Amino acid sequence: MRLSRTKLVLTAVGAIAAAAITAGCSGPAAAGATPAPTAAGEQPMPGMSMPQGGSGAAPAQDAPVATNTVAIQNFAFSPAIVTVKAGTTITWTNQDQDPHTVTAMSGPFHSPTLITGKSFQYTFTTPGHYDYLCTIHPFMTATVVVTP
Amino acid sequence: MSTPSPTQDGPDGPAGMSRRQLLRHTAWFGAAVVLTVTGGEVISHLGGGPAPAVAAAPQDPHALRFVQISDSHLGFHGPANTDVTGAFDHAIDQVNNLGFRPDFVMHTGDLTHLSTPAQFDQVRQMMRGLRTGQVFTVPGEHDSVDDHGQKYRATFGAGTHGDGWYSFDVKGVHVIALVNTLALEKLGHLGADQLDFVRKDVAGLSSDTPIVVFSHIPLFAMYPTWGWGTDDATQALSYLRRFASVTCLNGHVHQLFSKTDGNVTFYSATTTAYPLPHPGQGPAPIPVTLPAGQLGAALGIRDVTYRPGQHSLAIRDRKLNDWRPA
Repeated sequence: MRLSRTKLVLTAVGAIAAAAITAGCSGPAAAGATPAPTAAGEQPMPGMSMPQGGSGAAPAQDAPVATNTVAIQNFAFSPAIVTVKAGTTITWTNQDQDPHTVTAMSGPFHSPTLITGKSFQYTFTTPGHYDYLCTIHPFMTATVVVTP
Repeated sequence: MSTPSPTQDGPDGPAGMSRRQLLRHTAWFGAAVVLTVTGGEVISHLGGGPAPAVAAAPQDPHALRFVQISDSHLGFHGPANTDVTGAFDHAIDQVNNLGFRPDFVMHTGDLTHLSTPAQFDQVRQMMRGLRTGQVFTVPGEHDSVDDHGQKYRATFGAGTHGDGWYSFDVKGVHVIALVNTLALEKLGHLGADQLDFVRKDVAGLSSDTPIVVFSHIPLFAMYPTWGWGTDDATQALSYLRRFASVTCLNGHVHQLFSKTDGNVTFYSATTTAYPLPHPGQGPAPIPVTLPAGQLGAALGIRDVTYRPGQHSLAIRDRKLNDWRPA
């Protein structure tokens, strides 16, 4: 694990800033092969020039919730930040049609691929801050905070 | 591909760039990329210059022609595409009926949906049907969901370095294939070993050598909120700044997009599986289910032509217009 949550967020913000700086170089988007609602040939890519409105730090903005169950739903972990005491077993359950994984960015836990309805459990014995993601959809990030 | 290229830039040679050529280079630094849509094809060329004459010289034996296919997601099951195998099969047919035999075909990752042995076997078998000089791949994050890419490398990694990166030369063009999907983080990541590989790989090349870089995740910040960027790509691109022409081709985002930044032009490819939303449209990049009959037009293949002496590559994106799910 090279990047802490904080550093990852900073990295993303830096990349967003780079996108904003270079946005003026963007060519017109290709609407031809994408499900664009209108047929305008030179419709700019929505969102490309408003990255400052992005929510790269979304999980960090959510309030921590004291619970030992996490739903995987609509391509997100919910709650995104949970707080538990050391020794607690957390259960994740995939409620999506798509498969997901629960994978620590630093390595201590790594679920198999969870198809619809499948659960994964992990017991946290050491206090700390555990960032994890879905390896199939790495934009799905979340955190477990373990207190003594 | 072990194509020796003693003359890297055609008859003029690496050191033979004329002042006129130099001015031509300068003219399209920072130029916008124009994507022309005609008859179901999207043709890209650099603004201000003439459209590269792809069709004008189809038999040019010195021209490099290759195909990019991407994000086949074999094993995906969902309403966004109930027949990803049929779509990929159609894409392969379309490659085989381009009217020329591409020098190589590159699949830019997410070959499989869930990295199972059966899915790897299926995609390898299907790509054996491609009529081309050689088939190359780079991995997507879906090709390493549970093993840091071991099954991917066992299937496609012969002759590669590190976690699967490599380079080769073909018809005067230097091709670099990168792996930016193994870092267990939100954004793509290359890592110190791979950056070092890139630095050493290009160190001996003439600055006139056209460079083509393949990766799964974009090497530009297309939409970092959704992980559509590579956090250390700037370092890799810094080693390529001195080259006159650098073209970066990626997958991952399942839609066409292009931008130019100095000497580098980036082209995101579409998919043969299912569309994803435009950046920021909706909460997350999750599969989009289109109305019946519209899916084929969101999928596609890309062919690329490079002719010695023309410093831009001609990029042509073709839809899978005729395809319908079985």
